[in-house]
Amino acid sequence: MVATVLSVANATKRFGGLVAVNNLSFEVQQNEVMGIIGPNGSGKTTMMNLISGALRLSEGSISLDGRFISTLKANQINQRGIARTFQLVRVLPGLSVAENCMAGMVFGHRRLWGDQARYEAGKLLERVGLSGKEAIPVGSLTYIDQKRLELARALASSPKLLLLDEWLAGLNPTELQEGINLIRSLREEGITIILVEHVMDAIRSLCDRCIVMAAGAKIAEGSPAEVLADPEVVKVYIGEDV
Amino acid sequence: MSHGSDFKSLIWGAVLLLLAACVPLVANGYWMSIALTIAMFTVLATSWSLFSGPTHYISLATAAFFGVGGYLVGTGMSDYNMGFWPMVAIAPVVGAVLAFLIGIATLRLSGVYFVIFTLGLAEMIRTLVSWIQNNFTGSRGLYVLTDLTEADIYIYLVILAAVVYLAGWWINRSRLGFALRIIGNDETVARHVGINTATSKVILFTFSGFVAALVGALIAPRYTYIEPNGVFSPEISFIVVIMALLGGTGRLWGPIVGVIPFALLQEYINANYSSYSTLVMGIAFLVIVYFLPKGVVGRIEQLLAKRRRSTW
Repeated sequence: MVATVLSVANATKRFGGLVAVNNLSFEVQQNEVMGIIGPNGSGKTTMMNLISGALRLSEGSISLDGRFISTLKANQINQRGIARTFQLVRVLPGLSVAENCMAGMVFGHRRLWGDQARYEAGKLLERVGLSGKEAIPVGSLTYIDQKRLELARALASSPKLLLLDEWLAGLNPTELQEGINLIRSLREEGITIILVEHVMDAIRSLCDRCIVMAAGAKIAEGSPAEVLADPEVVKVYIGEDV
Repeated sequence: MSHGSDFKSLIWGAVLLLLAACVPLVANGYWMSIALTIAMFTVLATSWSLFSGPTHYISLATAAFFGVGGYLVGTGMSDYNMGFWPMVAIAPVVGAVLAFLIGIATLRLSGVYFVIFTLGLAEMIRTLVSWIQNNFTGSRGLYVLTDLTEADIYIYLVILAAVVYLAGWWINRSRLGFALRIIGNDETVARHVGINTATSKVILFTFSGFVAALVGALIAPRYTYIEPNGVFSPEISFIVVIMALLGGTGRLWGPIVGVIPFALLQEYINANYSSYSTLVMGIAFLVIVYFLPKGVVGRIEQLLAKRRRSTW
């Protein structure tokens, strides 16, 4: 039997009169990579923010391993085992590369400190392809390296669920291939992932299952091939470059 | 973050503090008075930067805590026949409680809103205390009469400085210190890596309030006559910020690098051109913001790093 890691039930988020997420329900199983796709403004990032605790639900509930997390704060949710990256990369410019990575493993789901944290950070930086760059100021890392660093920070807490919010956006074709390979290797390690993505190649090659959002609601769910063939999905994407 | 240099700096600090403790042996009355001012602002600026340095939350509430400390000693001794030391014990606790409450109230504020709020709050407390004194406790002056000499107070402040440095050294090595640096870089990220940002900030803010009130209490005998408008003067808050920023808040020993020259400069200005002291403060602030945004210490470290790179 597959275990449900995350369960979202009737999630609704309103900003004043705007309904950004409308009665959305889905589940994510252990070791699954689930994609959330949809046109710009369809509420994907808002959904990620609701899961990570950056935003509070207006209605509905979210549970992790069967326990409600939707009333918890972001730091508490991180401690329960959800880690994320941000749509616009957020590295910590005043900290070293190693410290940026350590930030993820000191306070959260895993609580390492001192030499052990430094050692683990070194291993993780190597894992994401940043070995040898520990001493470079964070501000002079290339865009993809900043994204790698943010990923290392998220992985540092050894999360039960990893949220990647357009982690592949803005990369050039070579970097994109590297990025896809990196996420694929995470998937092979059995990490449960939700990824919001616009890059369809990545969706096809990485996701077991997708949900498609439009105007805050779920309009399709299934394997990438299924949902991308769905006439309704095609309709909401008309005018967009698929 | 290497541990070897950490312990080395601890030993260095101990040596310098011992040297500082020897000042009363050699200083005459005039220099003792300057040394006392320097000790006072060293403790205030260092404890201020324990919170404001890593988090970049600029607090202008120092005068509120300092004033509470001084005023409590004054009113306790004049109005309630309390001894000096019992009031010295009570004052920092009140300062800490006040800082805790302000910390809780300002959690959602950031940037300039936090600055303005702390300034406004300190001013409010000053006005409130003046009003209470004028209307309820009579217009008697608050006298703080003790046998303590300036040298005695100076030694107490050096001991307090040692405690603050030790606390800062410990915080910098702890998870709490790391959490504060992450908060100062990006509070959203801090929350998402599991940091309880509210608790971390309030702990440090409370600590700095505790220390500032204790300084206010300890130094009260120096002024003999305590007046709310004096001990709650917003100038104290501004000077603390200027001194800390001049030295640099990136290092524990940064603020004192700013305190010493600025205190000497102020002494010189007050003695020779007393009407221009506010002007000098303003100019100093401009110079720091424009030319030394990371303070003297930050600038030196920048230059050293540049030299190291060019020699490689």
